[in-house]
Amino acid sequence: MSQPLTLFQKVWNEHLVTQQPGAPAVLYIDLHLIHEVTSPQAFTGLREKNLTVRRPDRTVATVDHAIPTLPSKDGSVAGRLAFADDLSRKQISQLETNANQFGIRSYGPASSQNGIVHVVGPELGFTQPGMTIVCGDSHTSTHGAFGALAFGIGTSEVEHVLATQCLLQHQPKTCEVKVEGKLGRGVSAKDIILALIAKIGVGGGIGYVLEYSGSAIRALSMEERMTICNMSIEAGARAGMIAPDEVTYAYLAGKPFAPQGADWDTAVARWKTLPTDAGAVFDKTVTLDASALEPMITFGTNPGMGIPISGKIPTANDLSENSQQAALEKALQYMGLQAGDPILGHPVDVVFIGSCTNSRLSDLRLAAGVMKNRQVAKGVRVLVVPGSQQIKRQAEAEGLDKIFKAAGAEWREAGCSMCIAMNGDQLTPGQYAVSTSNRNFEGRQGKGGRTFLASPLTAAAAAVTGQVTDVRTLLDE
Amino acid sequence: MQSFKNINSRVVALPLNDIDTDQIIPARFLKVTDKIGLGANLFSDWRYFSDGSPKPEFILNQPESQGAAILFAGDNFGCGSSREHAPWALTDFGFHAVVATSFGDIFRNNSLKNGLLPIQVDPATHALMHELLDELPRAEWNIDLEAQTLTLPNATSVHFAIDPFAKMCLIQGKDELGYLLSFASQTAAYEQAHHKQVAA
Repeated sequence: MSQPLTLFQKVWNEHLVTQQPGAPAVLYIDLHLIHEVTSPQAFTGLREKNLTVRRPDRTVATVDHAIPTLPSKDGSVAGRLAFADDLSRKQISQLETNANQFGIRSYGPASSQNGIVHVVGPELGFTQPGMTIVCGDSHTSTHGAFGALAFGIGTSEVEHVLATQCLLQHQPKTCEVKVEGKLGRGVSAKDIILALIAKIGVGGGIGYVLEYSGSAIRALSMEERMTICNMSIEAGARAGMIAPDEVTYAYLAGKPFAPQGADWDTAVARWKTLPTDAGAVFDKTVTLDASALEPMITFGTNPGMGIPISGKIPTANDLSENSQQAALEKALQYMGLQAGDPILGHPVDVVFIGSCTNSRLSDLRLAAGVMKNRQVAKGVRVLVVPGSQQIKRQAEAEGLDKIFKAAGAEWREAGCSMCIAMNGDQLTPGQYAVSTSNRNFEGRQGKGGRTFLASPLTAAAAAVTGQVTDVRTLLDE
Repeated sequence: MQSFKNINSRVVALPLNDIDTDQIIPARFLKVTDKIGLGANLFSDWRYFSDGSPKPEFILNQPESQGAAILFAGDNFGCGSSREHAPWALTDFGFHAVVATSFGDIFRNNSLKNGLLPIQVDPATHALMHELLDELPRAEWNIDLEAQTLTLPNATSVHFAIDPFAKMCLIQGKDELGYLLSFASQTAAYEQAHHKQVAA
């Protein structure tokens, strides 16, 4: 029998075009997703060098980062774009021009299928097991939930993939993240990944591809698995992967760009060979007990600065290294928090429910479940931003929009919105937000804004109480 | 990309851990469709008051930082987003090298494509360098990429590792794209051999 391989090794080996001595591997890319912010300079580079797009059929464009999410007053696309500034409108129109000129399938501002690139790819069935997938966006790790090798690249690499459909890559190491046990009530996929990053740190995954395994991962839906893989980059990992299984196939079956008919059967047979072989060796293993987890929340200025919601903000004595103590002090100064204090009960100004981490239908259902028959607390602004136009329609078909609006929340159009605060949706200096997004970096959600990262359940609990709240106190028995 | 020349330069010390690319250049400056002039926005939120005037105590605003080509940071420099605007802003300001104990993966890749040398040193060496910077903040350090050495003002020479292919690209000022394009026929053969589902 051949040597047992990990999921990652199988996908990597399958995509090697060549590996020359003294040079990185030339890796074939199956799917290249592009958006308006990190692609314009890549197309300029192509034009300057008289190059073209090698495989427009393997390239998919959507607008997400810069697009306004305020609903158009007259229902028109122009009405929505009117909320954008000139620079953003130029980025959006350049994406359209570039896609048209090079024959790339594009879900532009007028498309009924546009949305966040990491939401659109999976929901349309572009994302499939065993693929290599890249995008000029670090949260491309999301697609690893399907057993794809998916990672973020810079704009130079976007140009490389456009021109050659290949990338130069050094083979990363592998780390198995075993998550066993059953999640408690009110604890979700977001809490698993926040707990993992709190455990291994924001640099803990550097140089590794993480493979999430164990009973707790198997029990998750595809949407929950995407939440986990999405934040692999927040641990510094090159990518995160989950082996495909029946949950994966059931999600993909019938999606517009998934294989159909006989091709489907062939594809599933191939996908079933992908999971890590018994006896395959990882370079490192990390374990996490899902049954011991509480809802998590961050207190600091990177995603590793997280604690269980009933916990206390660490003190310098809890940390061993001077540099960590200095980072804690700097973070708490920015956040206006005190070491050793509880975080429960901290007042909140804004709640943001959205982003490529937590804007899918199941996320909105969880949040709506908490907000139903409750009101947004006085003085709190709540934005609910679906990840795609398709999710928006699905949520509206279920009446989720009515629950949010009746509670006093804003129901928006699809986009990245306040996760990256490029489109006008942003915090004002000093405001505190509970956000379902992925980054609590200084100024990430608006200059001077202060972010607590949490799950959709915890965010909804903050929305209706106006403070950091343990959602388990609001859930029905 | 210009070919990488040896550096003799003062060092800007920003010895914090986990400096993310949102600090290096905040997202509101990513609305550009070119790469020009981003150095003005480098570390914008640490560097300027909200009225746009410079914060005098911030290191980049101090006179001795002007013209410096080496940035000294802590662990995991450039973590976070994939924005290549980060190395564009650093190089536009004048940096040619960043010394740190580790780097964000995507940032490291982006830097190498823009003539910005990421030099990774072990924590003990980093601590010695930090002490030396406290003692001699204005002294020049020397970086010799060919020899892979960083020479400190106390004449200590520190060897650093770099992937040989990246080193060649930096020294020759060559983009990786030419190399990738040279495998067009192998790529076509790969595509022939791997008839995979392509979006219909």
